[in-house]
Amino acid sequence: MKARIYVTLKPSVLDPQGKAIHHAVETIGYRGIKDVRQGKYFEVTVDASLSAEDARAEIERMARDVLANPIIEDFRVELDSDS
Amino acid sequence: MKFGVVMFPGSNCDHDTYHVISKVVGQPVDFIWHRQNSVADCDAVILPGGFSYGDYLRTGAIARFSPVMGAVKEFASRGGLVMGICNGFQILCEAGLLPGALLRNKNLKFICDHVNIRVEATDTPFTNRCQRNQALSVPIAHGDGNYFCDGQTLAELQRENRILFRYSEADGRITSDANPNGSLDNIAGICNRERNVMGMMPHPERASEQQLGSSDGRIIFYSVADTLAELAKAS
Repeated sequence: MKARIYVTLKPSVLDPQGKAIHHAVETIGYRGIKDVRQGKYFEVTVDASLSAEDARAEIERMARDVLANPIIEDFRVELDSDS
Repeated sequence: MKFGVVMFPGSNCDHDTYHVISKVVGQPVDFIWHRQNSVADCDAVILPGGFSYGDYLRTGAIARFSPVMGAVKEFASRGGLVMGICNGFQILCEAGLLPGALLRNKNLKFICDHVNIRVEATDTPFTNRCQRNQALSVPIAHGDGNYFCDGQTLAELQRENRILFRYSEADGRITSDANPNGSLDNIAGICNRERNVMGMMPHPERASEQQLGSSDGRIIFYSVADTLAELAKAS
């Protein structure tokens, strides 16, 4: 089972990297780009012995405690139970 | 009295800090390996600068789970003096011993430079030898030193006089030009509510001997040594 975790800066936190990327793509000439925010992406393989419900609980706990810093970041978990 | 300097894999200011404690301040000091789950007989613990665990994930994010950090938390909860410098400050924030977080510098550059910081509060074990509003010349060397916290936390830090150092001009004026990294309210160092845990981004251990361009930083280590000497006298 695969889990995908997206970690993004909270809207209230400035993202100078996103701003730099935004500025660069505007300079290159990409049209209609209003804003860029940079984040982190994790792919985690979970032991198949865990139920989807347990896996989600475990991954969400891990995201909250380790992968994201709740002071500055939000996270979202997607679980791919097919693979 | 004994100081302890924690060594994480990737710490690189541990020996500088040890040197200043032993040779400049002239006090006993031991290294504390990150796998130890006790701070042994140390009376003050310093988390030094560096790039613990390669700064992977976020600065300080992995180091906070080191066995020694459980011992540091327990030590701090008993009132023990804990001081984080640069990466040590980042670790203390990740560990929840200090509020807020240190974000990427606003200009996205790693900054290695001499800056001035103004002492905002002297009623702490780390600043009791300083004068309020005294400017200290101390270097910074970091890529993630942009202090951030929510508005409520900032108001709390201000109200409780827990901002110990702010980036300033050489004469102590607080200006936006003197802010090297975009830190909220020019914050360079803070303490916890109990005032026994302190974190700062500048490196006082790199400014403790005149040969290095400034000895302003050593007043911080002297303050801690004074505090420990008085505690020892009282007990």
